[in-house]
Amino acid sequence: MQRRVIFDDKLLPYLLLFPQVAVTLVFFIWPALQAVWQSTQLQDVFGLSTQFVWFENYTAVLTDPGYVGSIRVTAIFAASVTGLSMGLALLFAVMADANIRGREAYQALLIWPYALAPAVAAVLWLFIFHPQIGMVGRTLNQAGVPWDYKLNNGQALSLVILASAWKQVSYNFIFFLAALQSIPKSVIEAAAIDGAGPRRRFFTIQFPLIAPTSFFLLIVNVTYAFFDTFGVIHALTQGGPGTATSTLIYNVYKAGMVAQDLGGSAAQSVILMAFVIALTAVQFRFVERRVHYG
Amino acid sequence: MATIDIRSVRKSYAQTEVIKGIDCAIADGEFLVMLGPSGCGKSTLLRMVAGLEPITKGEIAIGGRVVNDLEPKDRNIAMVFQNYALYPHMSVYENMAYGLKIKGMPKAEIDAAVKEAARILELGPFLDRKPRQLSGGQRQRVAMGRAIVRKPQVFLFDEPLSNLDAKLRTQMRVEIKRLQSQLAVTSLYVTHDQVEAMTLADRIMVMNAGVAEQVGTPLEVYRRPASTFVAGFIGAPAMNFMPGRMGADGRSVGVDGGLSFTLAEGAAAAGRPVTLGVRPEHLHPANEIPDATTIALRVELVEALGADTVVHGRIEGTSGPILARLPGTARVAIGDVLPLAPAPGELHLFDAETGRRMAA
Amino acid sequence: MIARRSWTDAIPHLVLILGVAVFAFPIYVALVGSTWDAGTIGRGRLPLVPGPDGWANYDQALFGDRGGRISYVPVSQMMWNSFVMAMVITVGKIVISLLSAYAVAFFRFPGRMVFFWMIFITLMLPVEVRIVPTFEVISDLGMVNTFAGLTVPLIASATATLLFRQFFLTIPDELVEAAKIDGAGPMRFFFDVVLPLSRTNIAALFVILFIYGWNQYLWPLLVTSTREMETIVIGITKMLGTSDAQTDWNLIMATTILALLPPVAVVIAMMRTFVKGLVDGDK
Repeated sequence: MQRRVIFDDKLLPYLLLFPQVAVTLVFFIWPALQAVWQSTQLQDVFGLSTQFVWFENYTAVLTDPGYVGSIRVTAIFAASVTGLSMGLALLFAVMADANIRGREAYQALLIWPYALAPAVAAVLWLFIFHPQIGMVGRTLNQAGVPWDYKLNNGQALSLVILASAWKQVSYNFIFFLAALQSIPKSVIEAAAIDGAGPRRRFFTIQFPLIAPTSFFLLIVNVTYAFFDTFGVIHALTQGGPGTATSTLIYNVYKAGMVAQDLGGSAAQSVILMAFVIALTAVQFRFVERRVHYG
Repeated sequence: MATIDIRSVRKSYAQTEVIKGIDCAIADGEFLVMLGPSGCGKSTLLRMVAGLEPITKGEIAIGGRVVNDLEPKDRNIAMVFQNYALYPHMSVYENMAYGLKIKGMPKAEIDAAVKEAARILELGPFLDRKPRQLSGGQRQRVAMGRAIVRKPQVFLFDEPLSNLDAKLRTQMRVEIKRLQSQLAVTSLYVTHDQVEAMTLADRIMVMNAGVAEQVGTPLEVYRRPASTFVAGFIGAPAMNFMPGRMGADGRSVGVDGGLSFTLAEGAAAAGRPVTLGVRPEHLHPANEIPDATTIALRVELVEALGADTVVHGRIEGTSGPILARLPGTARVAIGDVLPLAPAPGELHLFDAETGRRMAA
Repeated sequence: MIARRSWTDAIPHLVLILGVAVFAFPIYVALVGSTWDAGTIGRGRLPLVPGPDGWANYDQALFGDRGGRISYVPVSQMMWNSFVMAMVITVGKIVISLLSAYAVAFFRFPGRMVFFWMIFITLMLPVEVRIVPTFEVISDLGMVNTFAGLTVPLIASATATLLFRQFFLTIPDELVEAAKIDGAGPMRFFFDVVLPLSRTNIAALFVILFIYGWNQYLWPLLVTSTREMETIVIGITKMLGTSDAQTDWNLIMATTILALLPPVAVVIAMMRTFVKGLVDGDK
């Protein structure tokens, strides 16, 4: 798409684009190409020589039980975070959309957690669920329920899911509420005249009409669960105990920055890149459809 | 003040030619209206005069100076846009002052010019408002004010009234006419509304598919349309056309349905296919016009407009509908057969092939 | 207006109050935690009401040296680092996105689509998927432990560019033409018309990007290794250390509150703009 009326300077547009393009080339495209290149290289233990090994790094990564395990962890993690945060957000949005008093106040009180850093959310929940000093963690232990997220795999995963989902609800809530409020009142009134009760109205009118928003949020939430929750995991569990909370992103970080396995880390990066590209492609197909939804 | 000369101007986008060679000389202080259906190229021509579209071929001169390669700002013109194109974030005052500020005019002079324009347009109380706080008519006046303060050689209007409702449009039309004759600035005005064209113009350029079909005063264009296109475009309801053939005497035309009309003067060779035109308002009851060919119109629809009654009907044995505009007092019912006849000298003859006018 | 029954009216209130409570609770506990001494918290006996040590805790967190256990950087320093990082990222992203969107929307030039796609694909290359090579670039350029290293790689923005471009496409052609007739060149038009018209978009984006910048985690973790360059979000998790009962929980909670205060304040102050910008822009 392009405007009909434009300016016709020859040099100016290049000058205007320069900063953005320079940063993009140096810090985005070049490193991405490097990652692809490094993923085909094998470095000896002393870092003295490298060797071109085709797809050996990929085979190594994909046959590593640790990596396969982290795919499983990531899947559970992403599905839980997305389901939990979207479900709660939808519930709150439907309630706030109802014609009740104080809607604005509720809205304000539910929105601000958006501003929290994932790592900060993690610390807040840690303070509550800490096995010795946490209000809930200690109570559980005193009541005879053994609770220690540092030792128990399931408990560790639950805690990072909880903290991650908790932070994301507000974002989803904003979008769901906006979508619900953009449905014309007349449509819902027409359904009421047609004899649909509130429950039926929600499932046959409102829910289908906010489907595009839901789909958009689904993608955003999966992306969030994959990438932005690094802070939660790094702050809370460092991927542990064992590899119980090692998501794919945490693995890339560990392989590259801690274990210094350049080829393996690069191969993992490229796999993730492919995933993001697929996700973005889906999202943009959807965005184009969204135009028709108005 | 300046003349505008448009010389063999053409405009092409890639392969398509949208202006196919137009010549026109506009006198100093003249108000020329470019009239035509959408897509006829009238706006494109105006924008070429403004310098907003490059000229593919030909020349445009303003005040004797060829402006083909000049930027809009250097052409000493001002333009009023259809949607006003006011800067939404600037006050009325700032909107009018912006061009002068860029020119580097001293503040005091700008202030005087804006205040003067505001006085003429009665915008004084609104100078501090933003465009969105104004009514459509007021915005239109601000757009005019922005044009006036520049003291241009030429005003260009691009359908300036088409976003207004009917009542306001009539009012603003009068205002534009008053303003233009007061300031006596050469003006080019684009519209698709023939009433605007007839009431505002010194001369009208009727355009169709990239060519100027006719340039003439409003009455010339109405009385002696140069082509079937002009004849059909000007006047409401539109002129009736009847296909026919020149008679052996070279003075009469036989049309489908077996009728024969005699023209005031001879025009074309016998046997030539022609189109005969007559305006609905020039069909009168046959008994009022002696010695004329009578049309027996079978009435199919009657539109009583109050002052006039428009009758839609058909001549027996022909297919094309014929409209007649009768006085509002006429009593007509569907199914009646009305004997009608054209007023003397109000028949128009066109070449059937080219559509060009052949005689009165 | 659809008729409502009074008993169903109570349900939304109930659910929402519960929701607000769940959201507010962790913050409240942190707030309470930041007002008691480390001993009380360490024994696991944190009361549900604020204690007397708030002033001392915040004072020590902000300016103190933590009693010499480990040499910490005062939180005020971390907050300054976070603030500079957030502001440079925010302003940088907005400026370069405005410029490149203006170029793409208002000019036609060879390579326009190439540049457009080049910017677009950065959407698909978040820093998380190219950690090591990006870090190598930074270290080759000597930008480790500098504000430049912390911010410049993050100021390219496809999202902001797309958002501005989309907005620029809605500016009526006639406005550009009116400006041309008024004698305004492209840069004059940018500053006099486009920029003022983009105010709302810029404001909304400012909120979103400030939060984005302030909350950065992985990138500062990679490019800063000295205490002096630590941002507050990183600082907190470093303080956790082994996070046992002996940890200075009172100070961590004070720091946590300080870390969430600026972005939350920005959101609350600009709630309307922010919600509108988020919903309109992030599609």
